[in-house]
Amino acid sequence: MCNCSCQGPKSDLSLLDDVLKEYGGSSGNLITILQKAQNIYGYLPKDVMYCIAEKVGVAPADVMGVATFYSQFRLTPIGKYLIMACQGTACHVNGSERVTAAISEYLGIGNGETTADGLFTLENVACLGCCSLAPVIMINGEAYGNLTPDSAVAVIKGIQEKEGK
Amino acid sequence: MRIVIGEGSCGIAAGAAKVHKAIEALMTENESFTLGSTGCIGMCFLEPIVDLYDGKILIKRLVKVTADDAAVIVEAARSGDLSGVEKLVISAEDEEFLNRQTRIALRHCGLIDPVSLDDYRNADGYQALEKALKTMTPEQVIEEIKVSGLAGRGGAGFPTWFKWNAARQSVGERKYLICNADEGDPGAFMDRAVIESDPHSLIEGMLIGAYAIGACEMIVYVRAEYPLAITNLEIAIDAARKANLLGENILGTGFSCDMRIKAGAGAFVCGEETALIESLEGKRGMPRLKPPFPAQKGYMDEPSNINNVETFANVSWIINNGGEAFAAMGTENSKGTKVFALTGKIRKGGLVEIPMGKTLRDVIYGIGGGIRDNKEFKAVQMGGPSGGCIPADLLDTVIDYKALAATGAIMGSGGMVVMDESTCMVGMAKFFLDFTALESCGKCVHCRIGTARMQEILTRIVKGEGKEGDIELLEELCDAVKDGALCGLGQTAPNPVLTTIRYFRNEYEAHIREKKCPAKECVDLLTYSIDADKCKGCTLCAKKCPAKAISGEVKKAHIIDENICIRCGQCVSSCRFGAIIVE
Ligand SMILES: Cc1cc2nc3c(=O)[nH]c(=O)nc-3n(C[C@H](O)[C@H](O)[C@H](O)COP(=O)(O)O)c2cc1C
Ligand code: SF4
Ligand code: SF4
Ligand code: SF4
Ligand code: FES
Ligand code: FES
Repeated sequence: MCNCSCQGPKSDLSLLDDVLKEYGGSSGNLITILQKAQNIYGYLPKDVMYCIAEKVGVAPADVMGVATFYSQFRLTPIGKYLIMACQGTACHVNGSERVTAAISEYLGIGNGETTADGLFTLENVACLGCCSLAPVIMINGEAYGNLTPDSAVAVIKGIQEKEGK
Repeated sequence: MRIVIGEGSCGIAAGAAKVHKAIEALMTENESFTLGSTGCIGMCFLEPIVDLYDGKILIKRLVKVTADDAAVIVEAARSGDLSGVEKLVISAEDEEFLNRQTRIALRHCGLIDPVSLDDYRNADGYQALEKALKTMTPEQVIEEIKVSGLAGRGGAGFPTWFKWNAARQSVGERKYLICNADEGDPGAFMDRAVIESDPHSLIEGMLIGAYAIGACEMIVYVRAEYPLAITNLEIAIDAARKANLLGENILGTGFSCDMRIKAGAGAFVCGEETALIESLEGKRGMPRLKPPFPAQKGYMDEPSNINNVETFANVSWIINNGGEAFAAMGTENSKGTKVFALTGKIRKGGLVEIPMGKTLRDVIYGIGGGIRDNKEFKAVQMGGPSGGCIPADLLDTVIDYKALAATGAIMGSGGMVVMDESTCMVGMAKFFLDFTALESCGKCVHCRIGTARMQEILTRIVKGEGKEGDIELLEELCDAVKDGALCGLGQTAPNPVLTTIRYFRNEYEAHIREKKCPAKECVDLLTYSIDADKCKGCTLCAKKCPAKAISGEVKKAHIIDENICIRCGQCVSSCRFGAIIVE
């Protein structure tokens, strides 16, 4: 356990024990530790970053610096479903902006925001590597290709139905 | 009979995993056929693809398969009577997509089970490693690569042997061999396909490189958005380690080298080799000043060599077949083959590997089948945010490092995004500057501020607020950013702007002077109206319009209130009579 003195909501830091045991020995593993921590908590809570800084032996500002440099890291909690909307070149040429705008309008959230019911977070990403199926979105790891604004919204509606909303 | 399903990321996205499940569900305990999977076949436009094999021979390739087809496929596999699946069989025309390619880096993709070491071995796998370790000195390996003329496939096209030699000559306690699998060009997926579909060929190519430079550890830096690539590579590394192909005293030759994976965290600049090294060390990925080059002082300040995935994927083939065989393909200054990810407004999108020296037309029309929906080809973007747009009248440019650079674009890592008449080239330049301005690491003032300024100007042009002199201002900024940038990101960021100005200046001028977007893409410059003669008054558009901008009575011509219209374009797709006019 970590006995740091940071303020704010408390996360269960014991969840980090295994990760820190395996990677905590070297500051070279900082990115890997943050990735594993994000997998555990869904984002990087402040107290978690302080705890990591202490255990790895670097300044909290350095941890924050790394966490803000890389787009993968999130400093706020995300919804149950993370919608990654590709804005890569192939998707752009095939109309990704309209697809994203339709999702955004339907859910009432912009890039990086989460719906009030905590179900969806919308995030623009650079490329999902399925460019020949452009435009593409990925929801919790599952990719949907050849989308139109209507079919993208239909995918979201399908999830809402499943969730009983 | 054996059923094999193409299950690379894009196959799965198209529904291949569902097809797999559906077939599996129909199989009995003592089924007469077997079911397996393979990686990227590379014919993304036909995914999901199901292959029927008799032993090693492919007897039928079924395309655009859905889970509903599972029953007829199972029936065919059981009975050997293929009449039931006839309607799914690939057309002769589509078969040409692969027939016209020469596959070296992709030689096993779509043919073997990616995670089976046995499959890889049966396809001549690890023979090159054995040959190199047991019969060649490191110097001889480097010499063979020199003869092959292999140049880096990550973008810059630097001779591979030269980098290997520099790292070999460099003195250090430990040396590292690093694979750049960050694949930052948005719109390119060759490297993902190789790692997912043939991870052992990357391991083997890297091992030969490690032997050549004298490295004791190999690190693969993979983009975080590629989970399947990471999984398959992990499995392959494990299997290789168990088979004594990694670790201590490899194959009893006294050569020792291990390998690990590092997942990137989403920063384009980390594709730049010195930024990648910073990132490997757990820091913010800011490029370092060169020299010292990585060959002298790289990862952990030790001599390091970095190559791209596709570069490594060629290595075993070269050792097996000889450098001369590789150099026999291509042009004077570009040898071997190159893989391209063909996407955009192309009819047949997918992975294309062809010998250097073919033309862009060969790829886009000969293999890709030309433009979708019978539209006009306008340009092809090569090299992503560091590259440029090549227009229609240069379609006969040969694929060769020098010839492509002469157009203002670059060979790049292999992204080939095709655009048609409906793509706005100013919008394209803005798209790339949005990207580079966001991804600039901020270390150099010219790159940080310069890209932001260019982005501002391009934004105002596409909004119809461009001014006389904006084109010249952009050109001036391009020069300044090129000169003042420390790393390749800044140095090449102006390329998309410069090439679009060079080839499509008239489009810039139309936006600035006439406030018109010739491609009808820039939303702020469009007006929507209804052609009263064509309108049948069906009311469909009025129902569809999210802004309630359309009014009119049933069976009478409708009108759009321009002040309310938000230019979403939905009415255009809803009108079956083509009555909506966009200007
Ligand atoms: C901004 C920037 C991004 C880059 N991204 C990549 C990349 O995603 N993959 C890659 O292999 N090389 C990339 N490079 C090129 C690398 O710096 C390096 O030249 C290359 O990995 C060397 O391998 P090669 O000689 O085998 O091509 C990038 C360069 C710059 C300046
Ligand atoms: S050119 Fe741009 S990306 Fe490269 S080091 Fe300078 S600021 Fe960073
Ligand atoms: S473009 Fe959109 S907002 Fe404008 S009239 Fe058509 S549907 Fe309505
Ligand atoms: S959909 Fe077309 S035909 Fe129908 S009311 Fe609208 S413009 Fe007229
Ligand atoms: S550009 Fe969207 S998946 Fe690659
Ligand atoms: S088949 Fe794998 S990339 Fe399309």
